[in-house]
Amino acid sequence: MNLFKDAGHLLRFAGLFVIAFLVFWAIRGYVVPKTFGQYGHYRAAAMTEIAAHPAKFAGHEACETCHSDTADLKNKGKHEQVNCEACHGPLAAHAADPTVTPAKLDTAVLCVRCHAASAARPKTFPQVMADEHSNGVPCETCHQPHSPAISDSTTASAAPAAARGGAK
Amino acid sequence: MNLDRRHFLVLLPAAAVAWKAVLAGTPEEAPNYRMSDHWWGMLIDVPKCIGCGNCVRACAAENEVPEGYFRTWVERYHVTDEHMTSPEVISPDGGKEGFPAAKEDAGKYFFVPKLCNHCADSPCTQVCPVGATFVTPDGVVLVDQKYCLGCAYCVQACPYGCRYIHPEKKVADKCTLCYHRITKGLTTACCENCPTGARRLVDLKNPNDPIHAFLKTHSVQILKPQMATGAKVYYNEMDGSVR
Repeated sequence: MNLFKDAGHLLRFAGLFVIAFLVFWAIRGYVVPKTFGQYGHYRAAAMTEIAAHPAKFAGHEACETCHSDTADLKNKGKHEQVNCEACHGPLAAHAADPTVTPAKLDTAVLCVRCHAASAARPKTFPQVMADEHSNGVPCETCHQPHSPAISDSTTASAAPAAARGGAK
Repeated sequence: MNLDRRHFLVLLPAAAVAWKAVLAGTPEEAPNYRMSDHWWGMLIDVPKCIGCGNCVRACAAENEVPEGYFRTWVERYHVTDEHMTSPEVISPDGGKEGFPAAKEDAGKYFFVPKLCNHCADSPCTQVCPVGATFVTPDGVVLVDQKYCLGCAYCVQACPYGCRYIHPEKKVADKCTLCYHRITKGLTTACCENCPTGARRLVDLKNPNDPIHAFLKTHSVQILKPQMATGAKVYYNEMDGSVR
């Protein structure tokens, strides 16, 4: 009795199986990205790709390396918490190359974004009815944006009487 | 140099030790950032939010978010005494250009900024059939846009409505918690531009992060805690009517 007498067809089948497996392994090695499964069921390289996205906002530390005088003034005033690019907009391009000039700002738009009176805003937050408050006089006539409290602003004396009269 | 087999075999262990030294001296890919040292989240101080929309604009500028889609947005709640459980919620254009002035009127108003909660046990990553969305080892939920099929299972699975299909790329898109910024030591675009400090990026693995003291001393909630998503966006002093 020889158990392996008729094993030829099994061997051929096993050979086919091995070949199929090798083909599968070769294709799998080709189509599955190298970093797939490094940390879990995903492509680890995707994290590197996402992390490589360029930043548009430079961050206030970058601003302060050159504009430390303005930062010092701001950090002593009411706008201490407000970072540079919150008003000035994304300026990573300017931080990388100072010859890129930032756009001029319009206080008529910027100030009221935060300070326009609304019952929905926290009661302790300073708010004004823009029309009544300044009678159309631009905000920066009285308030220095980097240090907006009038008492410690050097421009206070330049405030027109009309604006001061209308001030709350 | 003529090496016979005997000398070659003698040199092998020495070469192995030398190679190990070479490998040890190879700098890591990102020497200043180690994923295992961080576990990112965000703190939102609801009473500080003034609804200016700076975060929404900053996010759109930083991440090229298509018009009409939002990775973060601000909702304004109006809760009246008669309708405690059904507040009036508005978010015109995601709060991008602010909100219409509210007239002095019954009830209370407050703003709730929303974004991806970067859940530790996120429903969105569990349903992805191809492994295109995942929680990173530092706790950020990301989308691999080269792998995504655009099937939108994740968009439906997110209980917070934080995902969308990008209208041009036709793949899932969402808040990355500014992964490209936080891995470089910057804060997120929304936190950088929040004028009142209502949003703060927090690192729960950093023992010196003020979040630990804050969580101990404040009434902090997460959104939809009953869904056990492990949300990591913490809301301070949030009203119970917020959903």
